[in-house]
Amino acid sequence: MVEILETVSRWAIPALLLTIPVYACFRGVPVYETFVEGAEEGFQTAVRIIPYLVGMFVAIGIFRASGAMALVSGMMQPLMSGLGVPAEVLPMAVMRPLSGSAALGLATELINHYGPDSFIGRLASTMQGSTDTTFFILTIYFGSVGVRQVRYALTVGLLADVTSLIASVYICNQLFR
Amino acid sequence: MLNAIWLGMILLGIAVAAMNGRIEVVTEATLSSARQAVEVCFELVGIMAFWLGLLKIAEKAGLVQFLAKLVRPFMVWLFPSIPADHPAMGAMIMNITANILGLGNAATPFGLKAMQELQVLNRHSEEASDAMCTFLALNTSCLTLLPATIIGVRAAAGSIAPTQIVGTTIFATACSMMVAIIADYIFRQLHRFIRSGR
Repeated sequence: MVEILETVSRWAIPALLLTIPVYACFRGVPVYETFVEGAEEGFQTAVRIIPYLVGMFVAIGIFRASGAMALVSGMMQPLMSGLGVPAEVLPMAVMRPLSGSAALGLATELINHYGPDSFIGRLASTMQGSTDTTFFILTIYFGSVGVRQVRYALTVGLLADVTSLIASVYICNQLFR
Repeated sequence: MLNAIWLGMILLGIAVAAMNGRIEVVTEATLSSARQAVEVCFELVGIMAFWLGLLKIAEKAGLVQFLAKLVRPFMVWLFPSIPADHPAMGAMIMNITANILGLGNAATPFGLKAMQELQVLNRHSEEASDAMCTFLALNTSCLTLLPATIIGVRAAAGSIAPTQIVGTTIFATACSMMVAIIADYIFRQLHRFIRSGR
């Protein structure tokens, strides 16, 4: 099963690159011109998200570097350990919705320190793989179209993150303890 | 809420740094984060251009419409406010497919394209529409079949079974996706109720 998935993932891009233009060519689409036409939008979209991303990155950067992040995750610890979340992975869990690269860094540290096949290592891997960086997605997706009021989208995203954290702890306890 | 969180992170950060007597950290973090944000955007440019170019070819050849037709019942159920043959559907489907396959890099351009199409249908352009919130919920919690990055990290760390966490990951991500869809539905009804009461 896993091998199949891995092969699919490895072949996905080459296969798309092969089938889409070839099929389009058969249908009489001018492939190169069409490609360029679509690609033009890419630059504008990327530039449009800069203000939103700067705002979000700066706030997260200050929050992390000042030690406020560590303070907050320390305060959350009693609550989280009640849910069975080990103290070691809590900083990573708190970081996950905020910054993808920072969370991956923390996960890598945990995996290297405790070993990839330890309980902590497997739990950190599961948590890292099962959630996405909610704040980043929210910022760039809404930013790219100029939406400033996000309504309940953030709440739902964070609820999903918490669910994924609890589900990871539960399933890892069932399978890897 | 975003306002409060943003301000809160900055204020709390400055307060903690000041108490620790390391206020200069704030300056450093601010400047380096601002630079990082722009770097991330420019890294996106090439990937965006490539995928949107390919998407355009797929659209003109009718492939996206074909895919959209296949999953139409599911999408119509999730996005009742979007016409079934609207281009937003195609882009959202491509985004979700890329997410499921764990192709993180490919998912973003499709997602941004989908947002642009959803914005066309949005009546209040500065406020997120119902469909945008649903799409975000689906996206941030999306079912992932192959967490490729973390498998790489595990393999590099010398794991005897780097892919052993695939099953647990699918379980966790399925749970969070279900919660996201349900929570989105409840919030949508709640907002509609509050609005109609005004």
